Amino acid sequence: MANVLLVADHDGRTLNTGIARSVACARELGEVHVAIFHAGADAVCQSAAKLDGVAKVLSVARPENAHAVAAIMAPQLAKLAAGYDYVLAPSTTFGKDVLPRVAALLGVPQVSDLMEVVDARTFRRPTYAGNVLVTVKVPDGIPVLATVRIASFQAVEESGAAPVEAVQVDAELPRHTKYHGLSDPGGGERPDLQSCPRVVAGGRGVGSKENFEIIFRLADKLGAAVGASRAAVDAGYVPNDMQVGQTGKIIAPQLYFAIGISGAIQHMTGIKDAGCIVAINKDGDAPIFEAADFGLVGDLFQILPQLEQELEKAGL
Amino acid sequence: MKILVGIKRVIDSNVRVQINRDGTGVVTDGVKMSINPFDEIAVEEALRIKERGEAGEVIVATIGPGAAQQQLRTALAMGADRAVLIESDEDVQPLAAARTFMKLVEKEDPGLVLLGKQAIDDDSNQVGQMLAAIWDRPQATFVSRLHFADGNGRAVREVDAGLETLEVELPAVITVDLRLNEPRFVKMPDIMKAKRKPLETVPLATLGVDMPPRLEFGRHEPPPKRAAGIKVESVEALVKSLRERGML
Repeated sequence: MANVLLVADHDGRTLNTGIARSVACARELGEVHVAIFHAGADAVCQSAAKLDGVAKVLSVARPENAHAVAAIMAPQLAKLAAGYDYVLAPSTTFGKDVLPRVAALLGVPQVSDLMEVVDARTFRRPTYAGNVLVTVKVPDGIPVLATVRIASFQAVEESGAAPVEAVQVDAELPRHTKYHGLSDPGGGERPDLQSCPRVVAGGRGVGSKENFEIIFRLADKLGAAVGASRAAVDAGYVPNDMQVGQTGKIIAPQLYFAIGISGAIQHMTGIKDAGCIVAINKDGDAPIFEAADFGLVGDLFQILPQLEQELEKAGL
Repeated sequence: MKILVGIKRVIDSNVRVQINRDGTGVVTDGVKMSINPFDEIAVEEALRIKERGEAGEVIVATIGPGAAQQQLRTALAMGADRAVLIESDEDVQPLAAARTFMKLVEKEDPGLVLLGKQAIDDDSNQVGQMLAAIWDRPQATFVSRLHFADGNGRAVREVDAGLETLEVELPAVITVDLRLNEPRFVKMPDIMKAKRKPLETVPLATLGVDMPPRLEFGRHEPPPKRAAGIKVESVEALVKSLRERGML
């Protein structure tokens, strides 16, 4: 049986929700080992051990691994990769940052945004902002390196109990790159955009940072995460971590509300795996209506308060 | 400090991309080509660094067919000092591109390499990271703010969790994100001036790049279409529809 090394994305406290989805892809390929680079994040290792399909968790603890700096992680991952048929990372900003660096150290190509396993060495991936799907084959005789498009896979269950093995990786680490902190993007304790089954997103039509409160209110009512179009982030209405689309987050909620979002192809790329798309926009010709399951043309500032009332009436 | 900027010639972002008849690729005949938008931001950033007096020369380079001279000329018109075309009619994949750029880095010895975070054709998002690995230098990807102090670069990165700051010793590789800047418009006199700026062409085959294994591309196909939805007339109808669908 082939073996698969999946490198985990985490923040030192919790495992990124994309890992449960990445495991779903990894276990189609072989026996899954999850590598966790950290400096005392044992709870993260335990979370990974619970994921169905994980055979072993490799815990690589050293002080330099306190933050996910690609230049520091890549030499370790390249060493740990020896003997593996597959080395995978989620297609989060962490995985996109570190895995190409590993691929270059190993001298092998990388498949980005793997969305479907066709056979052991053949995969499908999106190009041109998701408008063209391509079948790509990795030549024989080299390990397969790939980032996994997490929105394409369903998260595995958490009923496993894989062993956690402490591993020493003997790699010389550079000192030329230093982590200087993560700014708190604000937004409070709202659900995670990439895993929440409901997302309410606002676009340029919302009009201002203050007006975005109306989006937050509906999201809170629905227990939904909050997203935004690039236009809304560019305009400074909300921070960048809320951006959905080709250059933001690719998500697959069951229910997605696109409010005041016109539906540029770069945005649609980020939501095409959503179960149900609701569009609310005053421009009845906006492209978002071509993809929406339910569209409502009108002024969002009138519609959203009505929607809140209707939800309350329905006891929701 | 010299800045080396890598750019890629891609189908213009406003073109609706068509798959060719036999599904082996996309239609490029008669299609408008441009500098990859992220790379244009990289060019702009290099120029701003130079205009602040923090760099002496901006060199722009691409790997591509002879026609990619157009995109280099555009970058020269924006204000780059000189250009290098590493000519190849083959599809040069990311690792090969990174190894090729490494040859240029060895020759030019830049203090900074700027690249777009990804090209909007293959969306691979790899070359900058791969170059940094081969060069054994720092990388900061997805950068939306960049400045220099005490000989180091300070880069703010757009990551999933928010904005992360890295301090990198120079030389370093920086890949840029959309919100770093807004590229300038090119003016007519600058286009004329750019025609006289140096543009060197080097056949890729003469560089002695050790070519890595290649991914083989098969069928190109459109994504499955979402079934057309309906427009509802009222908020009540919307809530009713969502309940019937089991969404609420």
